[in-house]
Amino acid sequence: MPAITVRVNGLEVTKEVGARTLLSTFIREQLKLTGTHVGCDTSQCGACVVTLDGKTVKSCAVFAWEADGADIGTIEGLADGDNMHPMQEAFREHHGLQCGFCTPGMVMTAVSLVENNPDIDEDGIRHGLEGNICRCTGYQNIIDAVKTGAKAMRG
Amino acid sequence: MYDFGIKNPTSVDDVKTALGESDDGQFLAGGQTLIPVLKQRLAMPSDLISLARVDGLSGISAGGDSISVKAMTCHAEVAANADIKSAIPALAKLAGGIGDPHVRNRGTIGGSVANNDPAADYPAAVLGLGATVVTSEREIEADNFFTGMFDTALNEGELITEISFPIPEAAGYIKFPNPATRYALVAVMVAKFGNTVRVAVTGAGPCVFRVAEMEQALTASFSPDSIKDGMVPADDLNNDIHASREYRAHLIGVLARRAVAEANG
Ligand SMILES: Cc1cc2nc3c(=O)[nH]c(=O)nc-3n(C[C@H](O)[C@H](O)[C@H](O)COP(=O)(O)OP(=O)(O)OC[C@H]3O[C@@H](n4cnc5c(N)ncnc54)[C@H](O)[C@@H]3O)c2cc1C
Ligand code: FES
Ligand code: FES
Repeated sequence: MPAITVRVNGLEVTKEVGARTLLSTFIREQLKLTGTHVGCDTSQCGACVVTLDGKTVKSCAVFAWEADGADIGTIEGLADGDNMHPMQEAFREHHGLQCGFCTPGMVMTAVSLVENNPDIDEDGIRHGLEGNICRCTGYQNIIDAVKTGAKAMRG
Repeated sequence: MYDFGIKNPTSVDDVKTALGESDDGQFLAGGQTLIPVLKQRLAMPSDLISLARVDGLSGISAGGDSISVKAMTCHAEVAANADIKSAIPALAKLAGGIGDPHVRNRGTIGGSVANNDPAADYPAAVLGLGATVVTSEREIEADNFFTGMFDTALNEGELITEISFPIPEAAGYIKFPNPATRYALVAVMVAKFGNTVRVAVTGAGPCVFRVAEMEQALTASFSPDSIKDGMVPADDLNNDIHASREYRAHLIGVLARRAVAEANG
């Protein structure tokens, strides 16, 4: 079993992983960071989105050993203590979630979309969320949340 | 997933050694196709040979009349590259329309072209622009590369190292995406090089193909009106729950006209 060293939300960890261990399994079961959800395990839903060296990826479609040496960001790393990240706050304010299962992936994706394009418009948001499926909200409130979150992130 | 060994070569020579040491090694690029395939137990390689740490296998370089994209370059990088956006905007657009942002951050041009999915985007660019596929063994012209459904001219263990795209005078790419997967239900790439025009269609048949009749008509007059309905017969096209073969035949004409209009700006 290979040992890998990664920085997760800024903290360095070294662990042994199996060849077949997915990054999503590593994060949830070995690091016990269960905020990252597994909705489909077939690369479709985006619930498992995390950042890998700053880029969003579906963690169910990456092997843990591929992440050796990388920086990983999960939903747990967004809040500053008791203060939610502006994007999380915007999802709460706009009722951008119901069951909350898709939410970690939605928020991680939304933050990345805005970081890459601070002035992102509605069209950009809708296309940017193409890889994230929500079975509850009908998306409208998610779009509203991302618009507000983007504004707050611009400051 | 069946179990497998892991190899992390750092040079093209190491890749060959790693292959030699494996019973049945398989390359792992972005994993966006291969990992789901492994999960379904549709493949059982003895070893995965990761290309991620191989030196010199990623990046884009622009020459005078061509642009070369290394095999491990991800779709997002192609979509955002300034040289490609200015020299072959249709290629940047194509890459930016693959799947979703997460898939584009991992999936690579080499993986997509090697896989030759009948509904994939890149095969239309490689064939439509008449690119050259450079491998660890040789250079393969696009016209000889795509040999059938999920089939290519690559030999066992042959590694794609880069794809070299000649810069066209004008090109356009229009895709009718499957609304669920974003793969092409049908997509058409049209490219004009002086007196030659190339038209490549993906998503419609078992493998990407060129349309000689459209190419001749567009060589005579590079305008959307040159494309007539029925230039591609429905007979051999895909017929599935997503679209009938007749509908696909119709779409080829519509999308080809739009691609020419886009190329003409
Ligand atoms: C949700 C989703 C949506 C998608 N939508 C689209 C879409 O709209 N359009 C589209 O075109 N594609 C789409 N794809 C596929 C995506 O583009 C894949 O990234 C691509 O097909 C494979 O590239 P990869 O780098 O992930 O290759 P991998 O999955 O790592 O490998 C694929 C195959 O190619 C072989 N291989 C990889 N690199 C090389 C090389 N350099 N030389 C020789 N053989 C090699 C591997 O051994 C394997 O057999 C989608 C995928 C997903 C999961
Ligand atoms: S769990 Fe990874 S995309 Fe659905
Ligand atoms: S809030 Fe339930 S899936 Fe999105």
